[in-house]
Amino acid sequence: MRTGWNQCNTGLMEIILAILVGVLYTAGVYMLLRRSILKFIIGIIFMSNATNLLVFLAAGIKPGSPAFVDEGATAAGLADPLPQALVLTAIVIGLGIIVFILALKYKFFEATGTDDLDQLKSTEE
Amino acid sequence: MAALALPVIFPLFMMILLIIFRSRTFARWAGIAGSLALVSISVYLFVRLDRQPVLVLQAGGWEAPFGISLVMDRLSGLMLLVTSILLLAISIYSVSFLGKERYGRVFHIFFFSLSMGVNGAFITGDVFNLYVWFEVMLLSSFVLIALGCSREQLKGSIKYIALNLLGSLLFLAGIGLLYGKTGTLNMAHLVSSSAVFFFIAFGIKAALFPFYFWLPASYHTPNITVTSLFAGLLTKVGVYALIRFFTLFFVQDQEFWHNLLLMVAGLTMVLGGMAATSFYETRRILSYHIISQIGYMVMGLGIYTPLGIAGAIYFTMHNMIAKTNTFLVAGVISRMKGSFDLKQVGGLYKQHPFLAFLFIVPAFALAGVPPLSGFFAKFILIKAGIDASRFGITAVALFTGMLTLYSMIKIWNEAFLKKPPEKGEMVHAPLRPGIFELVPSVILGLVSLLMGILAAPVFEYTMEAARGLLDPSLYIETVLYGGKP
Repeated sequence: MRTGWNQCNTGLMEIILAILVGVLYTAGVYMLLRRSILKFIIGIIFMSNATNLLVFLAAGIKPGSPAFVDEGATAAGLADPLPQALVLTAIVIGLGIIVFILALKYKFFEATGTDDLDQLKSTEE
Repeated sequence: MAALALPVIFPLFMMILLIIFRSRTFARWAGIAGSLALVSISVYLFVRLDRQPVLVLQAGGWEAPFGISLVMDRLSGLMLLVTSILLLAISIYSVSFLGKERYGRVFHIFFFSLSMGVNGAFITGDVFNLYVWFEVMLLSSFVLIALGCSREQLKGSIKYIALNLLGSLLFLAGIGLLYGKTGTLNMAHLVSSSAVFFFIAFGIKAALFPFYFWLPASYHTPNITVTSLFAGLLTKVGVYALIRFFTLFFVQDQEFWHNLLLMVAGLTMVLGGMAATSFYETRRILSYHIISQIGYMVMGLGIYTPLGIAGAIYFTMHNMIAKTNTFLVAGVISRMKGSFDLKQVGGLYKQHPFLAFLFIVPAFALAGVPPLSGFFAKFILIKAGIDASRFGITAVALFTGMLTLYSMIKIWNEAFLKKPPEKGEMVHAPLRPGIFELVPSVILGLVSLLMGILAAPVFEYTMEAARGLLDPSLYIETVLYGGKP
């Protein structure tokens, strides 16, 4: 009975997560296209979270069966620990990058007094 | 093969040393000594490669495909070797160009973390690990490009960061989908799709059309030492990843992908080359040139015959050396004349004939004049194109060669031959370039020359590397079944 409940739940969860990934990507792209640097950073946060969820989701979800097992137990039917490890790494890297760009944005604001990417045009000329 | 970890562990060790010892003089000499050590490490690994064509280290003792494998084949070996030579040249160059800067020490810390990322990307055998090395490389380059904290640099760096971050995210998404479909991330274990994600991600890193806009918007802003470092290494890691992915495991739908690669290569070449002709600022001309030359490398990959891939590898090596060298000389010119603008400099041939000679070597190498490396690189690619009946791209490559020649002659005429302009010349007292400014160019010029004179053995080697790429059975067997040291 427990497995039946889990399976039904997994299907629903996957759909919800898939929609969430789509929504996050959409919001992220929208924010990236704005002119403000702060909004750009928010967009990057959205997109990196969407990507993390995507990696997690693509490997399949298995509720109620953690990857920690007793010795001698078979690995069949257990959740795959690898994508979780990947996502963990990716989250840490993403955190580092976001901290860096926030610091950069602060420096940028100090140097130029603006948050508008359109003010950047002069580098191209 | 535990020594295989050295190209990534040693730079880490240097970084820690540089963080502990906070003296600027120490940083300078540690930079040179560390790069010399990196050269010897890569030479040692290169020699080992002769006895055993694929070296493998299963990190942490986890067997492939469960653990992370570090793999070195001929392509990685060549790339490591060229990278270490570049690093040596730039570490010497940085002594005079960053000597007085407040951030000299920080430069050296991130110089080593960048080299760690680049080396790691070249020797890893795991897709996710490649992502991690890319991030190491990117974060170091973010810091380096914003190092001076001037207005211009901050502007340039935001553009640079924006597109490169997007590339990384797509790369990661591609990895996720790849894993979902195949259940593995070991490169030797994969045969799969999701190619579009990786194509765009590496296209951004390699500055391919239409993803190259971040490069010319940012490369002219940082200190010239940083620009030379980036010019030689960053985009080339993208090209390396493209070659690795598209030969090892994106092998379905070849017709479509090769045509697409060739089309993108042609557009990259022509647009980069044309844009370069319209500028009068050496760094901008050279930045657009990087893009144009990336096209040639991808052209070799798109032709996809052993000769084509060998040409791409040869060209990448040649370009890393010669392109960095032109940036180094441009830095010296600006040092002597106080400007990167070609309109404000001139008469350098009379003033310093040796410098003129140092510029001529990489410039002619890039344009493809016979005794130098570029001639053979282009010759191989064009021959491969004709052999494979890819006449369109071959014609484009020849045409772009003329654009390259034109830009190089422009710099030559303006900076060296033309009489110096009346005003502005004495604003900056003409400096005699010192040994730290000239020696790196001499080293890189000699390498360009040697690659041309010894074209036959170098070509044979790249040909072997290309055959190894197109028939990866040895690679796969060594990683999956014979990987125990």
